[in-house]
Amino acid sequence: MKEFVTITIDDQEIKARPGEYIVDAARRNGIYIPTLCNMSGVKPAGSCRICTVNVNGRLMTSCTTPVAEGMEIETISQEIADFRKTVVELLLIEGNHFCPSCEKSGNCELQALGYRFEVMVPRFPYQFPKRDIDASNPKLIKDHNRCVLCKRCIRTILDEEGHHIFAFRYRGHQLQITIDPEYGMNMTDELAQKAAKNCPVGALLYRGKHGFEIPIGKRKYDKEPIGSDIEKLKKVKIS
Amino acid sequence: MNKRKILATTSLAGCFGCHMSFLDIDERILDLIELVEFNKSPIDDIKKFTKECDIGLIEGGVCNSENVEILKEFRKHCKILVSFGECAIMGGLPALRNTIPIEECIREAYLEGPSVSDSNEEGILPNDEELPMLLNKVYPCHEIVKIDYFLPGCPPRADLIWESLYALITEQEIKLPYEVIKYD
Repeated sequence: MKEFVTITIDDQEIKARPGEYIVDAARRNGIYIPTLCNMSGVKPAGSCRICTVNVNGRLMTSCTTPVAEGMEIETISQEIADFRKTVVELLLIEGNHFCPSCEKSGNCELQALGYRFEVMVPRFPYQFPKRDIDASNPKLIKDHNRCVLCKRCIRTILDEEGHHIFAFRYRGHQLQITIDPEYGMNMTDELAQKAAKNCPVGALLYRGKHGFEIPIGKRKYDKEPIGSDIEKLKKVKIS
Repeated sequence: MNKRKILATTSLAGCFGCHMSFLDIDERILDLIELVEFNKSPIDDIKKFTKECDIGLIEGGVCNSENVEILKEFRKHCKILVSFGECAIMGGLPALRNTIPIEECIREAYLEGPSVSDSNEEGILPNDEELPMLLNKVYPCHEIVKIDYFLPGCPPRADLIWESLYALITEQEIKLPYEVIKYD
């Protein structure tokens, strides 16, 4: 097997490791491809479609597509920008995202993508679906209004014996995350905190923490757009 | 100097926080009054349109029949309408009631809520023709009339209001800095 493959991202030639996903190869080289459901090092789900790029003329999710020799990838174009903005807008109208009253506001990845793409207002009508809040777990509050069904909690939160604590239930528009009644009750504080941290939105909140502790102006996405840390890599490399 | 632009503002189903943020432009308000003349607005307390306006700023979503009426009047009298604040854009916190049937909301507010269950023994519900009718849900302004521009925020940052308003008044294009676009 070859040691590396050569791909082109936005006219820049890049050496990538065979089997590596496009999004990771791009990031290592200071090219930020926006993601929402994806987490580095975790098996991708490809559920949010934000990371869509153009590979040899076709739109594909860069978090689930491994690199291959000679791939020509385009991450910046009007078509892709419109596509990504549309995905954010659809996610915003599909749930009940009341940012002003959400503890995650300022540290929320969905919101940060909205800022980055300058979504001033979604172009689609708000759905205001009726969804409930589940406060039955002693460590976590689960708010279905804010959930974007990214499966991060399902994929990353396992107890010491390898049991999954989260799962999906129901189907179609009723699909929601659920906490295993038995394993969920015995969840450690560390695991509950990790679940809340991994949630890109405010759908999982850890009970042991006070909300709104970080003042406005000091939160993660207050001053710099999401992805700035990756784009800085590139600037350092060039200079 | 060009003719001064005429500005109107209103607060529909909002908390006046966006207007407070508007005042937060501080001393720039002195520059503003050189550039614009206020017409219908809580700022100068003109209650009815006396002129056709260039720009109308709308705070708050649409929760009752009076809001619908005022919003349509603004559309009629303003060349450009701007939704400013989350409530005008998506209904905001008043829209938290959108998933609850209206009957249940009224029941809780006047008959069964802990602060009213003892004091409203006769079970009186507000029902006077002077009172505006509640709508079945809180609507974003752009679902009622055409809105030209949107300034998000709860409230929109003073800098966002100033930069956008200044650009509108002076008819320039703007590139808004990242920090001013926020949903909270």
